[in-house]
Amino acid sequence: MTAQLLIRPAKKTSAVKRSLSALSIFFFAGALLLRGKATLPLDRSSLTSFHDWLNTLSAWIDNNRDSNAFFTTFVNVIRNSIDGLVRFIQNGISQAGDVRTIPQIGWLGVVAILGFIVYAISNYKMALFAMAGFVLLGLIGFWQESMDTLALTLAAVCLSLLIGIPLGILAGLFPKFEKFLTPALDFAQVMPTFVYLTPVTLFFLIGPASATIVTLIYAVPPALRITAVAIKEVPWSSVEAAISMGSTRYQALRKVQLPQAKRTIVVGINQTIMAALSMVTIAALIDAPGLGQVVVRALESLDVGRSFQAGLGIVILAVVLDRSTTAAASKVDTSNISTASHRSHRLVLLGLGITTVIMVLLSRVITWGGSFPGSGTLGSNIARYVNSYVDWFQMHFVTFTNDITDTVSYGFINPMQSLLTQSPWFITGAGFVGLGAIFGGKRLAAISLFCVVAIVGTGLWSDTMVTLASTLVAAVITVALGIIVGTWIGRSRRADRWIRPILDAGQVLPAFVYLVPFLGLFGATRFTAIMAAVVYAAPASIKLMADGIRGVPATIIEAATAAGSSSWQMIVKVQIPSAKRALALATNQGIIYVLAMIVVGGLVGAGGLGYLVVAGFAQENLKGKGLAAGLAIVLLGIMLDRITQAAASRTSQDFAAVGH
Amino acid sequence: MFTGHRARKRTAYVLLVGAVTFALSSAGSAQASYSRAAAKCGTVTLADNAWVGYEANLAVVSYVLKKNLGCKVVVKNISEEISWQGFQSGQVDAILENWGHEDLAKKYITTQKVAVDLGLTGNKGIIGWYVVPWMAKKYPDILNYKNLNKYASMFKTSESGSLGAFMDGDPSYVTNDEAIIKNLKLNYKVIYTGSEAALITSFRAAEAQKKPMIGYFYEPQWFLAQVPLKHITLPAYTVGCDSDPKKVACDYPPYALNKVASVKFMNSGSPAATLIKNFTWTNNDQNSVAKSLAVDKLTDDAAAKIWVDAHPAQVKAWIGK
Repeated sequence: MTAQLLIRPAKKTSAVKRSLSALSIFFFAGALLLRGKATLPLDRSSLTSFHDWLNTLSAWIDNNRDSNAFFTTFVNVIRNSIDGLVRFIQNGISQAGDVRTIPQIGWLGVVAILGFIVYAISNYKMALFAMAGFVLLGLIGFWQESMDTLALTLAAVCLSLLIGIPLGILAGLFPKFEKFLTPALDFAQVMPTFVYLTPVTLFFLIGPASATIVTLIYAVPPALRITAVAIKEVPWSSVEAAISMGSTRYQALRKVQLPQAKRTIVVGINQTIMAALSMVTIAALIDAPGLGQVVVRALESLDVGRSFQAGLGIVILAVVLDRSTTAAASKVDTSNISTASHRSHRLVLLGLGITTVIMVLLSRVITWGGSFPGSGTLGSNIARYVNSYVDWFQMHFVTFTNDITDTVSYGFINPMQSLLTQSPWFITGAGFVGLGAIFGGKRLAAISLFCVVAIVGTGLWSDTMVTLASTLVAAVITVALGIIVGTWIGRSRRADRWIRPILDAGQVLPAFVYLVPFLGLFGATRFTAIMAAVVYAAPASIKLMADGIRGVPATIIEAATAAGSSSWQMIVKVQIPSAKRALALATNQGIIYVLAMIVVGGLVGAGGLGYLVVAGFAQENLKGKGLAAGLAIVLLGIMLDRITQAAASRTSQDFAAVGH
Repeated sequence: MFTGHRARKRTAYVLLVGAVTFALSSAGSAQASYSRAAAKCGTVTLADNAWVGYEANLAVVSYVLKKNLGCKVVVKNISEEISWQGFQSGQVDAILENWGHEDLAKKYITTQKVAVDLGLTGNKGIIGWYVVPWMAKKYPDILNYKNLNKYASMFKTSESGSLGAFMDGDPSYVTNDEAIIKNLKLNYKVIYTGSEAALITSFRAAEAQKKPMIGYFYEPQWFLAQVPLKHITLPAYTVGCDSDPKKVACDYPPYALNKVASVKFMNSGSPAATLIKNFTWTNNDQNSVAKSLAVDKLTDDAAAKIWVDAHPAQVKAWIGK
């Protein structure tokens, strides 16, 4: 009761609601009256002049690559240095060099170094956890592959931070610079990797350099963005205080802003590592060494068990790196408190350092410390177990899962798709512009208009609508899961502890691993693509929602309890409405993550833009069309992102208004 | 500001340990043993395209290269188009099973002159329309395209609307299915599954559950050893019947699969070049190795050894001396 009074809607909201209903009446009336007109369809194999132009462009680059001075000097220098960096790390931990039969540092040494570093940046529990994780990599039989993946990830992360952090600091200091960068960052994060896989190999050839650059494109934006946020978060008053006390602007940055921004920057490093690891499988398509190769090869013979085994390796790497950097971030928070144990800590570090050096030396001399002993029986047992479990599950549940596919397809996807593909483009487009105007005013309306017109310009409007239909269905399922599971784990610490590792796995397990069992259960359909997207996107929504539920002020909860609310009332009337902003954010992120899986959907029967991107990667004469499809995905992504973000900040404004 | 002192100390320790470790590592490398390098063959870089038939060729060729000629073999897991690109950059020496790709052949063999056709592998590629075996048994006349409309409604799915679903696979292959369906006036709609994995999984599930399924497939393919799909007769292929992609109303041409290598590699005088040029075998040979790989899950070398040990004369002929 009390809580309801607290969160009554602001007056502005009812105006928004009125315009929204007017907009939907306009859209449905238009869709109904002009059904089937101006739907802009394009045959699978037909090309527009824009696609032809893109084909010509890529052919030109192809032909001039060897003669043009820009390529021969600049590009080659970049390639050689990146290749050199990766090879250097590989020789250190994963590959035998020209003269040695094992890498410079054997597994024992690597585990010791890892333990030392993690101890130094966080604590001993974390160090033991990280070391156990790495030993597990060896036990499942993929030590060398894991180290190859680690080498590539390290190289990509180092370069991403080298580029991302300085640019991020600049963006944090100069809003104009940030505005200038934003479209490029959006582009890099939403553009499907498949689109630039071939062009990158054209310039940088097959191998580690290309793989690193492909990863960079995806991993720099989070580093840059989070650093910028970190700098902006530092209260301006503390900068002013420093300057008034005689610091120069540069000193204020170095002594005030950077130290205070440190914790958030470490979070950015963490996100960069995760982004880099998520590219492992795709980079394997252009011969990046490591675990991704195993996954891709296992897919050829549909060996789910083996691809799971390698996927597990990627998950272990991700969890170890994620947990240790997260622990490091929270240590940055607390490290100024405990100065008493300072001296003894230093002694421990020194002792551990010496032990580490000894271990590294041992790993170079003793055979069992060099290459991981055993033949990975644990791994092949896991693979066999997974294979038989998947077969069993498929045999017993396939009728049931087929029914689900049909229900969702006939009940939701088909009506949605026919509504969107059969409506004239200007009606649907006007709908987007209207949404932009309602939530974000003139500016957002203009952005939406630009995106709509540009999508029409790519010649792929109809395919975009096919993709949009599946995206919306996937987003609805994602948000529903976000609300249900997020509320559950937000209320119960114990549930959180059990569910969270599953969420982490969903975010980093390469989609290729679960695509094959999904195909067996749900067929080559749009629904399979939607399921794959949900597995990847729901964890983000769930985590955000759980954070929101936990952030509901204790006073509100107490007031509701005092008023005699039951748990159900508490959830539905108090906690979820109070976490409105988190819900809006969860929706926004859910959609963005779903969009990231469009291309994977194209591999399992979703058709639409995803398939065109895949086809462009595979066929010379469809290259231009694939590129255009990638552009359409970016445009759709930017539009949906901006509109949902504006809606999100609108709801948080309402909430803030109520708070006063 | 608050954490500076301690953090800097910590960083210093980490760096110190790192430096010591590295110094010791580098100093120790001299003691390492030399691996015995192959004397005259050197390194051969082979493309590995993502299907098991290719994998079988690769397994046997690499095995012989390593075992009989002492070469060092580097395998690159890359797609077909990127493999051809590798001839130009010098990163790929040979492709061991090529399916057509006239556009790429024109670009890299005729125009840029960086690649050369090494002749046939002996494997005959068949591309065409296939149905699941249980249907061919129950409705024998389905194997003629003229009867396909009679069964179209059975193939309806959530993806195909009122028409029958015709499943296509990996977009690397140029298909004429949309045109064939239109020009033969068949009531089907092409569903693009987007990958070979999706196509095979769908066929396997359909046969297991006795559900109808029709689609594009090809031989030689290891999957046919597990589920022997049945080939549908389309109007016979005649030279030129597929020249206008919009008007195709005939079957796919038979493919004679070939090998392609970079010009540089062929001029290097490596014995590996001779071996790859001489390499030929039959569909049965390839299927037996492919089955060892995909179904029995043997390693490449183990699968190759079985076949090589059983065919010493043929291997000798490839080596050419």
